[in-house]
Amino acid sequence: MNTELLGIIASFVVTLLIAIPLGKYLAKMYAGEKIWTDFLKPIETGIYKLSGINPKEPMNWKQFLKAMMTINILWLVYGFFVLIYQDKLPLNPDGNPGQSADLAFNTIISFVVNCNLQHYSGETGATYLTQHFIFMFLHFTSAATGMACAVAVFKAFKDKTTTDLGNFWEFFVKSITRVLLPLSIVVAVILTFNGTPSSYAGKDKFISLQGDTVNVSRGPAAAFIAIKHVGTNGGGWFGANSAHPLENPNYLTNMVEVIAQVILPVAMVLAFGYYIRRKKLAWIIFGVMTIGVFMLMIPTITSELAGNPLIAKMGVSQITGAMEGKEVRFGPTATAYWSTMTTVISTGSVNGMHDSTMALTGLWQLLAMMINSLYGGCGVGVLNYFIYLIIAVFISGLMVGRTPEFLGHKVEAREVKIAAIITLLSPFLILAGTAISTYVFTNHLGGDWAVKPSTWLNNPGHHGFSEMLYEYTSSNANNGSGFEGLGDGNIFWNVTTGIVLILGRFLPIIGPVAIAGLLAQKKYIPESAGTLKIDTKTFGLMTFAVILVLNALSYFPALALGPLAEYFSMLK
Amino acid sequence: MKTFIIQSIRLTLVLTVVLCVIYPLSIMLIGKASKGAGNGETITVNGKVVGYANIGQSFTKPQYFWGRPSAVAYNAAGSAGSNKGPSNPEYLKDVNSRIDTLLKYHPYLKRSDIPSDLVTASGSGLDPDISPDAARVQVERVAKYRKLDEQKVAALLTNNTEKPLWGVFGPSKVNVLKLNIALDQLK
Repeated sequence: MNTELLGIIASFVVTLLIAIPLGKYLAKMYAGEKIWTDFLKPIETGIYKLSGINPKEPMNWKQFLKAMMTINILWLVYGFFVLIYQDKLPLNPDGNPGQSADLAFNTIISFVVNCNLQHYSGETGATYLTQHFIFMFLHFTSAATGMACAVAVFKAFKDKTTTDLGNFWEFFVKSITRVLLPLSIVVAVILTFNGTPSSYAGKDKFISLQGDTVNVSRGPAAAFIAIKHVGTNGGGWFGANSAHPLENPNYLTNMVEVIAQVILPVAMVLAFGYYIRRKKLAWIIFGVMTIGVFMLMIPTITSELAGNPLIAKMGVSQITGAMEGKEVRFGPTATAYWSTMTTVISTGSVNGMHDSTMALTGLWQLLAMMINSLYGGCGVGVLNYFIYLIIAVFISGLMVGRTPEFLGHKVEAREVKIAAIITLLSPFLILAGTAISTYVFTNHLGGDWAVKPSTWLNNPGHHGFSEMLYEYTSSNANNGSGFEGLGDGNIFWNVTTGIVLILGRFLPIIGPVAIAGLLAQKKYIPESAGTLKIDTKTFGLMTFAVILVLNALSYFPALALGPLAEYFSMLK
Repeated sequence: MKTFIIQSIRLTLVLTVVLCVIYPLSIMLIGKASKGAGNGETITVNGKVVGYANIGQSFTKPQYFWGRPSAVAYNAAGSAGSNKGPSNPEYLKDVNSRIDTLLKYHPYLKRSDIPSDLVTASGSGLDPDISPDAARVQVERVAKYRKLDEQKVAALLTNNTEKPLWGVFGPSKVNVLKLNIALDQLK
């Protein structure tokens, strides 16, 4: 069998082998049961003491969200100013400049919301101080925020009737000390022993074999790249992200990085089932997600392996597949696998340039981010899926003519309204953003409001449209990958995507936690013969249909104008 | 609300120490034991650093094996792909002219012999590798310019072809810099 295919099969199998026990571990650990990592308790106690936190204090859903929003807003303000003044602060061996206000606005939002759009390039737009104290700090904390909010939803459905969703600080701190940090240390050590730099040395200079003078950017990247994947963040140390040979030196590190980014999203789904003692429900959800992932992945791989039909016409051999924007050490199969994984979950790191992938691959990447809950981001994937579940319960309820119930709680108008708003928010942000940028592009590019270069599209025609659609889709999904040819380092893109980012993050977190909080307060209705059972294959199919119909209806026109039109134009 | 603000500030400070100081410093210390001591693995020839093992460099002289086209001209101070879309006419013109250049230097090749990785830019612009096919088609030219036996260069290439990970995962590849260093040492 071909070794490239074996490589991705092994990656997927190892992902499951780690994620399943990790899911059980997460459920026990968050529930506060005895577990082998309890030796870390003194460290946690120290953190609580120094921070003046009582981790046992119960919070209702409103207090929980207030605590979450307070600390996130603090990071937004503090990070913004550090980015602007980074040139005057220490740890800047390469002498990089401070960020402009609009760039800092975009950058700090995109890191706080676990997106990492990165309208700057790591080598020139950031210092070691901002890379570590802002970006890497937020890699940890934004992932922990998502996980803590997911656990609040878990807790709401564990007890029959409760107002207590747990303590935000406790879930947040434990996510870091018991999950993110230990996993990151393991990944970082593997990376540094495979060639990723970990020291604080600045740029190096040497004379190449042929006699050219070459500069090489370096820096303490290994620690950063580890949490970038474990926390499904995706913001890279170097501009080329995990395509960079220091960020991802060989096939082994490639497997480690692509496995590291998928284990927590999968484990969180399974943890949900173990936590509320409904294992079957978790496996049904996992099954639906996995079928969705494969439906996106298989056509992605075939479209990349088939190569570019327009290059085929020139007569060269594309025996390995489409190679533009890809690295030889990974090959198109592993790059296609990565591109599916990084878009279904919200990592957005890349090991090959998405802008240069085939037209249909672009379609699958976009669709994966539009759905945004096939596994989904660290914690937030479960939350997004939860919204689809509520919609599916509601529609099923209408079909059989009964008041819909979710895990023993009546789902009423208020909850469905919240779910509907969250569902409509994504297409609104993505399509309105794309419409505005398309309008500005065609009508106002002559304007003197700092658009450099004079056109922000790197590619003409349908592909250019896809570049803009991709940028807003990625922002709304808090993904962070891009069709990077887009000239997005200017005030228009910094501000508009900044707004999409912040709305696309916090409303889809607040919504599910609020719904869970409201449902948990209601009287518990024991299951009877008339209850709609949600842990069945039939209901799994129903959820799948809801996801498919909602997304197809919302996005088909836009996808038809971009990747589909490009695909058919290339067939000519 | 006020307690949340104070707790947030204090927690941020404490976590900054753990995550931004202790964590990366420990990785740095562990990294000292790695090849290159965490500074990146360099390759030295006759006591002089000629490059980084993992970072590709530009080879344009005909007596060397060539790497892939690069969107950043192998300047490792930065990194980027071309980000050209598959249907971009300008891009397709570029690819076509790269094919013509290759055919000029390798008159013995047919178009269908040329593997696409030799005419397409890599994702990072710093790809250190080419496919074994891409190296094979250059053997005759390199041998001619170096006045070496073709068999000898071909054997050198075989020795410098890296197998998939543990023989089973991923593609085979050739590190262009290492191959060219070996070539220089061939006498």
